[in-house]
Amino acid sequence: MDFLRPSTWEEALAAKAAHPEAVPIAGGTDVMVELNFDRRRPPALLDLTRVAALTEWGGDGDLLRVGAGVPYRRIIEELGGRLPGLAMAARTVGSPQIRNRGTVGGNLGSASPAGDAHPPLLAAGAEIELASVRGVRRVPVDEFFTGPKRSVLAPDELIAAFWMRPARTGDQFAKIGTRNAMVIAVCSFALTLDRERRTVGTGIGSAAPTPVRAPAAEAFLAASLDWDSPGAVPPAVAAEFGRLVAAAAAPIDDVRGTAAYRRHALSVLARRTLTWAWEGSR
Amino acid sequence: MRLNCTVNGEKRQADDVWPGESLLYVLRERLGLPGSKNACEQGECGSCTVYLDGTPVCSCLVAAGQAEGRAVVTVEGLEFGRVQEAFLAAGAVQCGFCTPGLVVAVHDLLARADKPSDPDIREALAGNLCRCTGYEKILDAVRLAAQ
Repeated sequence: MDFLRPSTWEEALAAKAAHPEAVPIAGGTDVMVELNFDRRRPPALLDLTRVAALTEWGGDGDLLRVGAGVPYRRIIEELGGRLPGLAMAARTVGSPQIRNRGTVGGNLGSASPAGDAHPPLLAAGAEIELASVRGVRRVPVDEFFTGPKRSVLAPDELIAAFWMRPARTGDQFAKIGTRNAMVIAVCSFALTLDRERRTVGTGIGSAAPTPVRAPAAEAFLAASLDWDSPGAVPPAVAAEFGRLVAAAAAPIDDVRGTAAYRRHALSVLARRTLTWAWEGSR
Repeated sequence: MRLNCTVNGEKRQADDVWPGESLLYVLRERLGLPGSKNACEQGECGSCTVYLDGTPVCSCLVAAGQAEGRAVVTVEGLEFGRVQEAFLAAGAVQCGFCTPGLVVAVHDLLARADKPSDPDIREALAGNLCRCTGYEKILDAVRLAAQ
């Protein structure tokens, strides 16, 4: 097995073009598990931890560009105020040791339906920046996932960054699991309420072949909320929102939970996060 | 491949390293440092926790080649002090398999926080599993070390 160790982004893209079968590795929290258990023997690993550009973030106009290699710990510590929904999800990832290493880029690359970063990216309408020696493209995150552990990433492409609009207080994330740490989500849900634009964003995790939005629930809520009102969300609106979120999922029965439980839990998470986000954004 | 890194302050070299093996394997099987324990090999248990360039990580999830040129500190490299003493005094060690990882995690916590609250302690140790103690004695040890 080859070990490719580029030190610049240009070298990394050239290496991926020359070795499209090479598996990129950043924090190793997914890739190393597969190697340790003999589930995967790629002809080459492409180590991205020496590419400093991947660990940078910054503003560009009214969007934030966050490098794919920024670990969860830094998402929480440095971006918790700007991207509160993503930071909430990042706090639920693994353990301190895992958050010190794991990255949103790696989460996207693995493309697990249960990836914790995916629902907040979906709710915020993030875009994923993909790059190769052929050029750069930006893919809306709801077009990124194509199936369980599959994405639109081409064999010669690497994930460079994600782009998100900073939120203030209308972001929420909630996750169901057997304990607070080291848990793969039974299901999860992210919500973004933007009072200025009067828009609603949603993201569902671990309850369909890919992470998904709930477009009907978003449209219903955007039309039903009294955006100028300081009052609470009417219970009937919250309940219908929960029903529509659950209806957008396509869960299965597996070792972590049943499809029926996941649907029920999603409706509860949707109602709760709506209450929290509405309160938080007033 | 040949791997060069600094371990516990010393320049170390390992030859014939398979690039896909873990830093944990290198430490235990090639460099004679069995303090970091190999239990789950999937980042769940924390018993292989080491510092990599000053940050606590699961060494089972670091590819050997990723450690090239980096500085690793294992439990063997920590000076014997208040953390280890507190584990002994509080009876926080039973079978001992989780202890090295917990010592590194607690060492890091106390380097960051003088007087950690109980929720701080629980959060800092969330990635370290113990199957003997029920954790109470471990929490006692952390509180004692923080005094």
